[in-house]
Amino acid sequence: MAIPSYATRGERIWHYVFLGLCALIFLFLVGPLLIIIPLSFNAQPYFTFSEAMLTLDPAGYSLRWYEDFFTSRAWLGAIKNSFIIGIASTILATILGTVAALGLSSRYMPARGAIMALLISPMIVPLIISAAAMFFFFSKINLAQTYLGVILAHTALGIPFVVITVTATLSSFDTTLIRAAHSLGANPTRTFFKVVLPLVTPGVVSGALFAFITSFDEVVVVLFVAGPEQRTMPIQMWSGIREQISPTILAVATLLVLLSMLLLTTLELLRRRSERLRGITPE
Amino acid sequence: MSESPASPLTTADGVPLKVSLRRAVRRSKVKAFLLVSPLLLFLGVAFVMPIVEMLWRSVENAEVSTYLPRTVEALEGWDGGSLPEEPAFAALAEDLRTGQEARNLGLLSSRLNYEKSGMRSAISRTARGVRNLEPPFRESLVEAHRAWGELDTWRLIQREARPYTISYYLAAVDRRLSLDGEIVKVPDHLEVHVGLFWRTFWMSAVITGLTLVLGYPIAFLLASLPLRHSNLLMILVLLPFWTSLLVRTTTWIAILQSQGVLNDLMVTLGVIADEARWQMIHNKTGTIVAMTHILLPFMILPLYSVMKTIPPSYMRAARSLGGKPFLSFRRVYFPLTVPGIAAGGILVFILSIGYYITPALVGGQSGRFITNYIAYHMQTSLNWGLAAAIASILLFVVIVFYMVFNRLIGVDKVKLG
Repeated sequence: MAIPSYATRGERIWHYVFLGLCALIFLFLVGPLLIIIPLSFNAQPYFTFSEAMLTLDPAGYSLRWYEDFFTSRAWLGAIKNSFIIGIASTILATILGTVAALGLSSRYMPARGAIMALLISPMIVPLIISAAAMFFFFSKINLAQTYLGVILAHTALGIPFVVITVTATLSSFDTTLIRAAHSLGANPTRTFFKVVLPLVTPGVVSGALFAFITSFDEVVVVLFVAGPEQRTMPIQMWSGIREQISPTILAVATLLVLLSMLLLTTLELLRRRSERLRGITPE
Repeated sequence: MSESPASPLTTADGVPLKVSLRRAVRRSKVKAFLLVSPLLLFLGVAFVMPIVEMLWRSVENAEVSTYLPRTVEALEGWDGGSLPEEPAFAALAEDLRTGQEARNLGLLSSRLNYEKSGMRSAISRTARGVRNLEPPFRESLVEAHRAWGELDTWRLIQREARPYTISYYLAAVDRRLSLDGEIVKVPDHLEVHVGLFWRTFWMSAVITGLTLVLGYPIAFLLASLPLRHSNLLMILVLLPFWTSLLVRTTTWIAILQSQGVLNDLMVTLGVIADEARWQMIHNKTGTIVAMTHILLPFMILPLYSVMKTIPPSYMRAARSLGGKPFLSFRRVYFPLTVPGIAAGGILVFILSIGYYITPALVGGQSGRFITNYIAYHMQTSLNWGLAAAIASILLFVVIVFYMVFNRLIGVDKVKLG
């Protein structure tokens, strides 16, 4: 956003004020996430910077909350549960969502708008409502307090993300590429693996990542549908914040921020790859 | 092309072209639908059926007819003018005896207690001694508990024998059905839900407004920078978007609490005294700040995708036609961004009124939403019918906004990341 040469002095000043404001808003967005990283190394059981931390005294810092986390049976069990539920529901949501997206992007799909609205609805309906509804229904069919129940519930919540990302990828898919491949002598199988799949995969993978993070971060439905056996990470954090607030939560939070950075990088790489394959390059 | 207009075009194997085309289209339709059907089936079972079941539960009224079948039968045709005759009392004694033996009177007594306080103890006390009751039951039941001698009790039983009820919906809006069949307000100290609905709506409106004020400049900056730079800054928007909701809520607790980072900073800087620390959490402020932060990316992303489509030459044209910067912005740029504002605004508002976790953790008493009451009735008061009714009302509001959103923008235009 360069300042045009015809800008007046007032406009120049406004331009810098605007940039300053934007910097403050970015600080509001990211600052809170960054502030917990140093806080999680606090040697004291407080949620704020101690005197020793501010003077950069090494004694003010420690890894005790990380040690707490990695040696706690409850936390490790919760991580395991989160991964079991997250991975299973991601696989289910990705398969169902991708197949459905193939149908939805067909020109001949009947009642496309209505069906799309229905498929997206788990994302729009407030989680507490889905959770209450699933609790009533799953208790009736003996799925409450089981892994299967939680996995099915999370699959339903993850599906909109897969459907949205894969349909978006498919809608920009250039079908002449398939004809081109055929005319160059590739058979349908070869065309699918060499042309279609590489172009569609990034969309499927990012849909899967969205579905995974949805499940991995979900509290409300687990709170209602799961039993003590299926305690996940978010539930452990939730009860940690409500009951005995300990800085172990900050250590977990830091690890989760790092995880989301990792996911974000993966997504960005996927996006670039897909753009490169399609021959779109950033300016 | 065909020589005689009478003979229709045909394919190579002699089928008329129209028929063949129609068949091909139908085949494609069926194929597309078959691809979607497994997902439709899955969501039907795992998502739609639970919601329908919940809606049904909000009007279901099976307790009295299930647990007092004989009494209900005996009361058929009773005019409600004076206490029923002995057969009704005998039927009640028999029903209570069956219920006491099966130990399943709990649901019944809670259900009747919602309508008439004191019914829980009337039923449990009578049921405990039901074995020793001697006929005539009309006297012995009234002796066991005076509630059975009241006309209202019997009229209530007769009324609640109906399979459906609107009393949960009435309770959800702080009303109840009086024993004369009129809709009356509950006493003031029990009035909670309507206030909470309004609070949820106006706090969500405030949060939506704040995300717009904060999100608009950011989206504008991102849309006007060259892609290379805006992609980098976009990461700053997407990072919170991708970070766990609980993490973001936790960090606001760490920052805002009275012994937290912000208060410590203010005390150190001498802005406030140590004894006068700001109370920024476990109240409305906490909910609004944390939720504005959490929902901000949902405002920025739709705004950005709309602003990206506005050619920068429009603003230059407006300037060259003599518009002052503010005027050009107001008359040219801003109107073009209104679809983005609508999309982001509705999205943030829908998400906000349904939020549960953040208000529950940082909202305290005054920053709580109606969703917290759904959870309360689900888990603590165990009045599931009422929880279902509140949830259904909220669901209705969300669906209305969702339909507006769908009409305005279209769900298939939603972009992620």
